[in-house]
Formats: sequence, C-alpha cells, structure tokens
Amino acid sequence: MTRRARSFVALAALGVLGAVLVVAVTGLEPFGHYPGPYGDVLAKVVPDERHTGQLVAATVFDYRGFDTLGEEMILFAAVCGCAALLRVLRSEREEDEGAPARPVPSFAARAMSAALVGPVMVLGAYVVAHGHLTPGGGFSGGVVVAGALLLAYAGGQGLRLRRVGSITMLEGTEALGAAGFLALALAGLIATGALLKNFLALGTSGMLLSAGTIPVGNVAVGLEVAGAVALVFSEFLEQALLEDPE
Amino acid sequence: MSLLAYVVAVWLFVVGIYGVVTSRHLVHLVMCLSVAQASTYVLLLGIGYRKGGQAPIFGDIPSSTPVVDPVVQALTLTDVVVGATVSALLLALAVQAHKRFGSVDPDELNALRG
Amino acid sequence: MTFLQATCLLVVAVLGTLVVATRDPLRQAAVTGIFGLGLAALFLAVEAPDVALSQIVVGAIVVPVLVLLAMAKIREHDE
Repeated sequence: MTRRARSFVALAALGVLGAVLVVAVTGLEPFGHYPGPYGDVLAKVVPDERHTGQLVAATVFDYRGFDTLGEEMILFAAVCGCAALLRVLRSEREEDEGAPARPVPSFAARAMSAALVGPVMVLGAYVVAHGHLTPGGGFSGGVVVAGALLLAYAGGQGLRLRRVGSITMLEGTEALGAAGFLALALAGLIATGALLKNFLALGTSGMLLSAGTIPVGNVAVGLEVAGAVALVFSEFLEQALLEDPE
Repeated sequence: MSLLAYVVAVWLFVVGIYGVVTSRHLVHLVMCLSVAQASTYVLLLGIGYRKGGQAPIFGDIPSSTPVVDPVVQALTLTDVVVGATVSALLLALAVQAHKRFGSVDPDELNALRG
Repeated sequence: MTFLQATCLLVVAVLGTLVVATRDPLRQAAVTGIFGLGLAALFLAVEAPDVALSQIVVGAIVVPVLVLLAMAKIREHDE
C-alpha cells in the first residue's frame, strides 16, 4: 500500500475511532463531579491509619503498593533491554582507542555544572526523603538525582571518562533499589502475614520518620529510578561517543 | 463544556496514533507514541477531578477539606516515569536498527533478515 | 471547569498536534519539551502536584536528552 493510500485509510479509520470514543466519553460523569467512593474513603481513613497527610504517597506505596511493585519490575526490564541493546560489541570497542574529537565545553558551562552537581543531588535526596510529607517522592526525586549525573557529563567530566558514571555502580544501585522494594514487600509478609503490609512504627504525622514503611519504599524506589535513568543515559552516551568504526 | 477534558484526551490519542501510522522516522514515531500516552494521563486526571477540591495532601489544610481523587494520581505518577523509560527502550531499538540496516524509515525496515 | 483549566486543555491539544506535525526529529525534541511543560501546567491546574513534578522532571531531563543522544548516534552513522 502506498504511503498516500495508507494515510487516507488511517484518517478514515481514526475518524471513526475518534467518533466512537467521543460517544463513549459522554457516558462518563461530567468533569468535576467525582462520584466514586475510593477517594473519599482514603481521605477519611489515611490520616488516622497511617499518620500521614500525603494520600498519593500512601496510595502508591501502601494501599496500592502491589501496582508499584509491578511498575518497578517494568522499569527494571526496560533498562535491562536498553543495556542489552546498546552493549558495546567487542569489535566496536577495539577500534575505539583514540582520544575523543568532541570539543571541551566552555569555562562557564564547566564551572556552573561543577557548582550545581552537589546541590542538585541534595535536592533529589530531599525530594525522595520527604515523599510522605510533600509532593514528590521516589519517582520524581530519583530522576532529579540522575539529572545531577547528567549535569556532570554536561560539565565535561564525561569526556574524560567516556561515560556518566561507573556502569557497575549504577547497575548495583538500580538492583539494590529493586531488591529493596521486593525485600520490603516480603518483610511485610514475614512480619505480619500480608504482603506489603505497613509493619513499621507509625510515629507522629508530619515528622520525617513517620508513616511506617512509606519512607522506606520511597527510598527504595528513588534508588531504583535514579540508577535506572542514569544507566540508560550512560549506555546511550557510551554509544554516542564511540567513534564510527567505518 | 464539561466534556472538554475527555474530548482533548480522545484528540491526543487519535493524533498520536495517526503520527505513528504515517511516520517516516523511527525517532519521530517514538515521540508520537508518547503523545498517545499523554492522552491517558489527561483522561485519568480528568476523571478524578472534583470541583472545588484541593490537592490530596493534608500538609497544611485541615483533614476535612474536599480533595480530588488520589488513586488516579497514584496511577499516573508511576506511569509518567515508567513510560519515559519504555520510550528509552524504543529509542535504543531505533539506534540499533539504524546500525544494522542503515535506515530509520519504517517503510524500508520491512524485510525479515536473519 | 475553570477558565485556566480550559485554556490548559486547549494548549495541550494544540501542542500535541504540533508534536506530530513536526517531522524533523531534532525540532520535534524541542516541541516535545514544550508539550511536556504544557502537560505539567495542566496537571497543576487539575490539582495534581505530584504528577506535575514527575512530568516536569521527566519531560525536561529524560526525553529530550535521550532523543538528542539517539539522533547523535544516528547522524554519526550517516556521515
């Protein structure tokens, strides 16, 4: 089928699909009239049961922690796939012994990046640690920490090392995060007989060490996401910085 | 007017899929797929919104204020990060396809070669 | 639905169409970044700060960088 014909067929089919979907969404509750019971139940129950005000974090790591376990495994599998696809073949590595031809960044870029790597890492750690008190949590904070590593590359450090960070260390961090979340789930099973049950002391609402296993889950997810994103960056950079073997 | 959020979600989905079908560059295809993914975020958050509701975090507001639904926000939150990683996997596939077959045009990558 | 939410929804719809309409991947990376920003504004308007944070961070750090690196690798082979 030629490109034009495919375009027309797609337009027609998608037009029909769009019309059907629009008819379908008229059956939903009007925007702003949230009917369902779960949000109200959570709002009533969570501050007492878990000593935290962050309903979203409580949902992600406690009430619907099983879904997060599945998402962790998706993340892990996707990064394994990336690493397998982008591995540097031995033939490519042998032809790549020369110095890189990329220009060194300007002094301003290097100075700013060097100055900001530390604060960005601390910011990421702060977002991860306060996930049960403020918006944020393991997922956002983990990506911020990986962004700090990318900043190190942009500042020129990667040009000498040819990669963002030691690949083994990044793989170790990611595996530690994934295993940590799994261990948390199993520990709940061992301690109380229910997988992912919140079994640590609940503490007072608003303190940093409160809400039981939710901050622990945040840290585990933060480690995994940071390791995963930094590993993906590292793999792509290593590929992109290789001299073309032809 | 109350349907605008849902109609925008449907529009994003349809536009994203059209981009995937008529794409001529694998990297362009991956980004159109991410637009289609964004439509699900818009739909989910549109369903959970409550008129006059606050963000579902009781940090400094009393526990009795009406809040929007936290369950759909939990689903979308994990999905945003994981979806970006899956896009990374697809980009890695595109890079390898270019390395092996010399082309990133989906129309030219149609032969099964061993 | 407030005026702010309606505006954010329309902006997101227009930006989504622009992302698909931009054929060159390098330009599309920039438009995708702006689309992510529009999405984050929409998420904030619908009272979802967690999701907005994740979207800002992912849309600004992960997606454009990966697209640029993939394009660097692909173009290097073309030359």
